[in-house]
Amino acid sequence: MKIHEYQAKELLRKFGVNVPRGIFCPTVNDAVKATETLGGKVWVVKAQIHAGGRGKGGGVKVAKSPQQVREYAQQILGMQLVTHQTGPEGQKVRRLLVEEGADIRKEYYFAVLTDRRTQKVAVMASSEGGMDIEEVAHSTPEKIITVLVDPADGLTDAQARKLAAGIGVPAASRASAVRAFKGVYTCFWASDATLAEINPLILEGGVDGRPGEIKALDAKFTFDDNALYRQPEIFAYRDLDEEDPNEIEASKFGLAYISLDGNIGCLVNGAGLAMATMDTIKLFGAEPANFLDVGGGASTEKVTEAFKIMLKNSNVKGILVNIFGGIMKCDTIADGVIEAVRQTHLKVPLVVRMKGTNEELGKQILRDSGLPIISADTMADAAAKIVAAVE
Amino acid sequence: MSILINRNTRVITQGITGKTGQFHTEKCQEYANGKACYVAGVNPKKAGESIFGIPIYATVKEAAAQTGATVSVIYVPPPGAAAAIWEAVEADLDLVICITEGIPVRDMLELRNLQRLKAAAGGKTTLLLGPNCPGLITPDEIKIGIMPGHIHRKGRIGVVSRSGTLTYEAVGQLTEIGLGQSSAVGIGGDPINGLKHIDIMKMFNDDAETDAVVMIGEIGGPDEADAAQWCKTHMKKPVVGFIAGVTAPAGKRMGHAGALISGGADTAEAKLAIMEECGFKVTRNPSEMAKLLKSLL
Repeated sequence: MKIHEYQAKELLRKFGVNVPRGIFCPTVNDAVKATETLGGKVWVVKAQIHAGGRGKGGGVKVAKSPQQVREYAQQILGMQLVTHQTGPEGQKVRRLLVEEGADIRKEYYFAVLTDRRTQKVAVMASSEGGMDIEEVAHSTPEKIITVLVDPADGLTDAQARKLAAGIGVPAASRASAVRAFKGVYTCFWASDATLAEINPLILEGGVDGRPGEIKALDAKFTFDDNALYRQPEIFAYRDLDEEDPNEIEASKFGLAYISLDGNIGCLVNGAGLAMATMDTIKLFGAEPANFLDVGGGASTEKVTEAFKIMLKNSNVKGILVNIFGGIMKCDTIADGVIEAVRQTHLKVPLVVRMKGTNEELGKQILRDSGLPIISADTMADAAAKIVAAVE
Repeated sequence: MSILINRNTRVITQGITGKTGQFHTEKCQEYANGKACYVAGVNPKKAGESIFGIPIYATVKEAAAQTGATVSVIYVPPPGAAAAIWEAVEADLDLVICITEGIPVRDMLELRNLQRLKAAAGGKTTLLLGPNCPGLITPDEIKIGIMPGHIHRKGRIGVVSRSGTLTYEAVGQLTEIGLGQSSAVGIGGDPINGLKHIDIMKMFNDDAETDAVVMIGEIGGPDEADAAQWCKTHMKKPVVGFIAGVTAPAGKRMGHAGALISGGADTAEAKLAIMEECGFKVTRNPSEMAKLLKSLL
């Protein structure tokens, strides 16, 4: 699960991490009022959507007067913000964050994430703040410093100091950096995050050798879906407007569904087999319209709901069902498919490939139904048949 | 031979009294030598009772001491699953297979850290398979997990995969063209897990009864590439490779918690390329895994 920047900063503040003062604004008037509350002469109007790259897409503007704040808020609220992470259709902006301007002396990059290879927590920092970190990793990997943290110890002072020195935080400001690093790490760990990314992390003030202040100017978090049951405060941050309504609907029925750009809907049991089925569709010259894992123990209701969700996508010109019956029996699936076809008055071609437990019985049920269901023996056969039927 | 388990393996079931545990314990008992293999269950509240003729003990340690079992399988729900694994590790078992799906990453990080500390202090290393895995099977001898036993045949091909049904797909294809399996292992779809592709490949390489291996992976993480790099210099047997997720978009979790493209080196294309470079016969057509393997024998 992801959250908004303003929520992430609220969370960081609880863990003692400095962030600019800011106010969450659902309307333009709120944004203007925020300038009074915050005071000062410079304000930043920031679109709140879950995707990154907002600045380049025109979703972040620096204003020098309340009137300018009003103009920018009007522009940004309600716009379809297109970034490299939203896809070409963009994401509608429904929330704003208005912040006091920051006196940026230096921008850094800081992130905490789960490292799969070492099975520890990796804490990364770089002197190259504000840039795309993948680009930095590619062109100047020596500018990224990583330490691996043992969960029992947490991020130690020595590790935090090593990071601060390694990215060139001036000596007088290192204590502030150490506090910030440890705060972000503790926040990451305590809230069951899988990623916390602060880009940029900035140094404010600190001229003439005086201590400056390290602040999180932006914040991006991803949380472990498996742990949300014990993180009620994090779960309360969930914004359904930012999620695909079909994916939300699917999750209510225990279905894992993801919309894609193609025109062949597919319904499969098991995540690995679902991806393999999508790949086979592509191999035969078409593109999958979705990923859909019905999971174990699919009932008639679940299969019917899966069909309904797939068919909400108007691009779907055909459906491929691929089931490997193990614990789940093919005859149960066949009954479910027939019920789904009847309830949805299916108009597009349907290919069903069933394998495993009670395979023959399942195929017989489909044949006896009198419905125009095309049967297939292998995944490749199924893909070839659905691609041909759609063309 | 075979790897990790055989007809003489004795198994403790943790979570034996839950719905899932009961369902699969019965199926595992019915398979091959299962009646003799499943010797103990664990549930502190039901110690002294029995289920399907299997005695229930209060703790894993007691179950192991009383029965001589060295392996456990876990069906405990996610909030208590990592603690259940640790209990088995503390009881010094040889192998723990965790079927449970949905364990928080933080719990697994803490568990793996505890396991490292135990090993560093000179304690016994308990192998972990999973979590979020279908388990493993040595056909006609023993099945530990949730896979359908009847699709397997005894033979000389090893199978290793992260996913459940995709493993069954490979096994089904092999059986259909007359190639039996020495062992089929599902290592699970979670980002933080126990045995990895590389560990299973090493075991198949050393197993005198395995002639060739089908290695199946998916998007996300470095595991398949690590295994391929090891195989390049050490693997003595032919390997067929497949990676699921060529069509998966970046940044989206594809069902499995671990199936998420986050960098660039963890895409299906990148992994296929490394596997090919390391001497695997890779296919982009998952319907041809067995056929391709047969051509290498």
